[in-house]
Amino acid sequence: MLEVEHLAVNYQDVSAVEDVSFSIESGQVVGVIGPNGAGKSTVFKAMLGLVPSSNGTVKYCSRSLKRQLRNVAYIPQRSQVDWDFPVSVWGAVMMSRTRHRSWFGKAKCHCDHIVKAALERVGMWDLKHRQIGELSGGQQQRVFLARAIAQEANLFFFDEPFVGVDKKTEGVIFDVFAELKSQGKTLLVITHDLGSNLGNYDHLLLLNKELIANGDRHTVITANNIKRAYGDSVILMQKEEL
Amino acid sequence: MWIWLTEPLGFEFMRNAIAIGILIGILSAVIGSYLIVQQMGLLGDVIAHAVLPGLAIAFYIGIDIFLGAFVAGTISTFVVAWIQAHSKVKIDTAMALVFSGFLAFGVMLITILKSKLDLHSFLFGDILGVTSVDLWRTLIIAIAVLIAVAVFYRELIFYCFDPLAAKAMGLPVHLIHFGLMAGITLTIIASMQSVGVVLVVSLLTGPAATAYLLVKELHLMMGVGAIIGAIASVSGMYISYYFNVPSGSAIVLIISGFFLLALLFSPSQGILTKRAVTRRAKSLLSKIKTNK
Repeated sequence: MLEVEHLAVNYQDVSAVEDVSFSIESGQVVGVIGPNGAGKSTVFKAMLGLVPSSNGTVKYCSRSLKRQLRNVAYIPQRSQVDWDFPVSVWGAVMMSRTRHRSWFGKAKCHCDHIVKAALERVGMWDLKHRQIGELSGGQQQRVFLARAIAQEANLFFFDEPFVGVDKKTEGVIFDVFAELKSQGKTLLVITHDLGSNLGNYDHLLLLNKELIANGDRHTVITANNIKRAYGDSVILMQKEEL
Repeated sequence: MWIWLTEPLGFEFMRNAIAIGILIGILSAVIGSYLIVQQMGLLGDVIAHAVLPGLAIAFYIGIDIFLGAFVAGTISTFVVAWIQAHSKVKIDTAMALVFSGFLAFGVMLITILKSKLDLHSFLFGDILGVTSVDLWRTLIIAIAVLIAVAVFYRELIFYCFDPLAAKAMGLPVHLIHFGLMAGITLTIIASMQSVGVVLVVSLLTGPAATAYLLVKELHLMMGVGAIIGAIASVSGMYISYYFNVPSGSAIVLIISGFFLLALLFSPSQGILTKRAVTRRAKSLLSKIKTNK
């Protein structure tokens, strides 16, 4: 169980996120939705201690999440890293094993085996020697996905994994989400897609500076909630889609 | 030719200088690779100039001047990070201000304390002044830094590539950052004597950047950069010996030459060769099309 209570973040005296509280059972895929600038990424970063929060607690299995970050895989927006970085696909995925190796050589981490399996899972094994800058956007996102799988974490934070990816990659990502869920892992996914893909999420969080709605798709996607989050201009389009 | 190569080795100072040249060539390329992939190339310049107040104070109170240099250099990196974190001033401006501020403070201290520190050799290096003590210091720094890089290679590469994900995983990113800054400062201190602070940034960035254009992985970049760095330092010292020109300038010009060659002719990235590759690919494609 992941529990967030009264989380708040200020950026230089301007409030970015106010009083966000929710709890999520393990083994769920959670979609985090909301307009641009709603503070979705900020909530992720504050939960993980990547930006200072002005208030709130985050607990995982009744203990502070910050004390068990070994269980966390954070997958940032693709634009956040330098893809000209001199590292191969293999090397980028191997980074996920940084905390798993043993210093004294006894307990083996099976790193090579795990990284290979992760790359095969996302269909990137054949490109393992490629420099990451030589990949397409979808392939780069699959490298990130493989890195997350190989980390063998229990809690996953995906920040906009579907931006600029092809249909094939989108399918791979949802397949992997379903597999991780079946292993009892918890996934939080920031997405802008309010269309048919919402069916892939067990739970939705609708944010706009504060938590507007929280629950399953039918509870969250209502005309009133969408209007509160996105304003009047979007509501007509949404009605047609729904 | 053989005599041309061996004659300078008859002098102890040249033997020391060449040995130091090889060491700093290797060390700078390895540490400089981290600066380049973090897009922080100029930070080397900041630290190099910021060591001056530390040198002046240490000289005045009579402790090892290199200890003073290390403290001042490391402080300067914290000041840059602090300005960046607590204001909207961007990193390039923060670096420019810290670099000039520390240098000015150092020059002021030398004057006020009536220090006998030789400002000219600080700025441009003095290869004739290289002693066996300098050689030992450089050797110890090189071994310590290279061992640390080898042991913490994975932590360092993850931190440089994706610092947020590294922090989210619970890696001690502040410690890693400090370690990297300490490594850069030590490398600069080791190189100061032979090339001087004005040109030390060239050793840090040039060989590694040249390698960056030639290979695709960080450890290869370090290896190829180290070879280029060592060749450039040693050949620069020979040129300095025979043509009586400052060693620092000679080394830097050779590094610049290597970089220019890679920029133009790198098989995968070269400005001239890249076009040739695309042209060849295009002509092959058109041949295939016509055959169809």
